Amino acid sequence: MVRPYAMTRGRTSSQGQHRLDLIAVVVTEPHADDPEADHMLSPEHVDIVELCRDIPQSVAELAAELDLPIGVVRVLVGDLVDAEFVHVNRPVPPAELPDESILRDVINGLRAL
Amino acid sequence: MIFGRSERGKPPVEPVTLKILVAGGFGVGKTTLVGAVSEIRPLRTEELLTEAGRPVDDTSGVEGKRTTTVAMDFGRITLREDLVLYLFGTPGQERFWFMWDELSEGALGAVVLADTRRLEDCFAAVDYFERRSIPFLVGVNCFEGAPRYPVEDVRQALDLDEGVPLLMCDARDRESVKEALIGVVQHAMAYAADRRRSVTT
Repeated sequence: MVRPYAMTRGRTSSQGQHRLDLIAVVVTEPHADDPEADHMLSPEHVDIVELCRDIPQSVAELAAELDLPIGVVRVLVGDLVDAEFVHVNRPVPPAELPDESILRDVINGLRAL
Repeated sequence: MIFGRSERGKPPVEPVTLKILVAGGFGVGKTTLVGAVSEIRPLRTEELLTEAGRPVDDTSGVEGKRTTTVAMDFGRITLREDLVLYLFGTPGQERFWFMWDELSEGALGAVVLADTRRLEDCFAAVDYFERRSIPFLVGVNCFEGAPRYPVEDVRQALDLDEGVPLLMCDARDRESVKEALIGVVQHAMAYAADRRRSVTT
C-alpha cells in the first residue's frame, strides 16, 4: 500500500496557494523542458509537468489520470507553480456568473453535440 | 486528449472551463447521466476523508480507523477548443456534504435527478441548492417499470418553487440529457438576469 501523502512529505496544503478548483486548468510553461533534471521534483511532479505540456489538464483530470487524491494533486501543483514549471488558469470566480455570451455559447455547443 | 496536440513551439490552447453538478440519491442514475453525454468514460477522483474531513468527523477514540475515500465521478464535454464543460456527480451520502460545498463553488448550476419510487431521496439535494441560491432543475429519471405521474403532482410532492424547472428525462439517452443540461444553462441565464435587475433597481 502506498501512503499518498508521503509524496507531499506530509503536507496537506501548499504555501501561498489558494485552494485550486477541480476545474482549474494546469498549463506547463514553455521553458519547463527538462523537469527530470530538477532533483527537487518527485516522479509525480514530473508526470504532471509532462501531462500538461501539450494538453492542459484540469486538477480533476490529473487526479484521475495519476490515481492520486485531489488534495495530493493540489499540493504537487502548488509546488510546481512556486517553481514556475506550470501556471494555473482559474475558472470563473464563484459569485460571478460567467458572461451571458459564454452561457449562450454553452447552449449552442450542447445543441450541436 | 481533446485539446489537440499543439504544433511545435505553439502554446497550447488554454480553455475556459465550466461545471454543472449532477445530484440526487444513491442509484438514481447520476453516473449514467454523465456517461450519456461525456466524451470520455466517466472518470473517478477521490479524496481521503481523514484529510478533507478533519473538521467534520470526530475521530477521537477511533484513531486506528482506516481512511475512507469520497469518490466523485465526472465527465467532460468539449464544446469548443477553448470552452470545456465538466459534469460532476455529487457523492450520494449526506456525510460527504463538505465535498458538495467545494463542488458547488463556481458551478453554473445543477441537475437534481429524482426517481418517483423514492422521491424523498432527492429532498436533501433540492434543499441544498435552494438554500445556496444555486440555479437547478429537477430531472425525473423515467425508469422502466416505475409509475409515471403528471409533472404537477411531482412538483407538488417536492414542494418546488414555481421558478424551478422540472422535466421528465432518461439518464441513458443522450438527447434527453442534452435537453436537461440546456435547461440548466437557460435557467442559470434567466437567474443571473434577474439578479442583475434586482441589483440595479
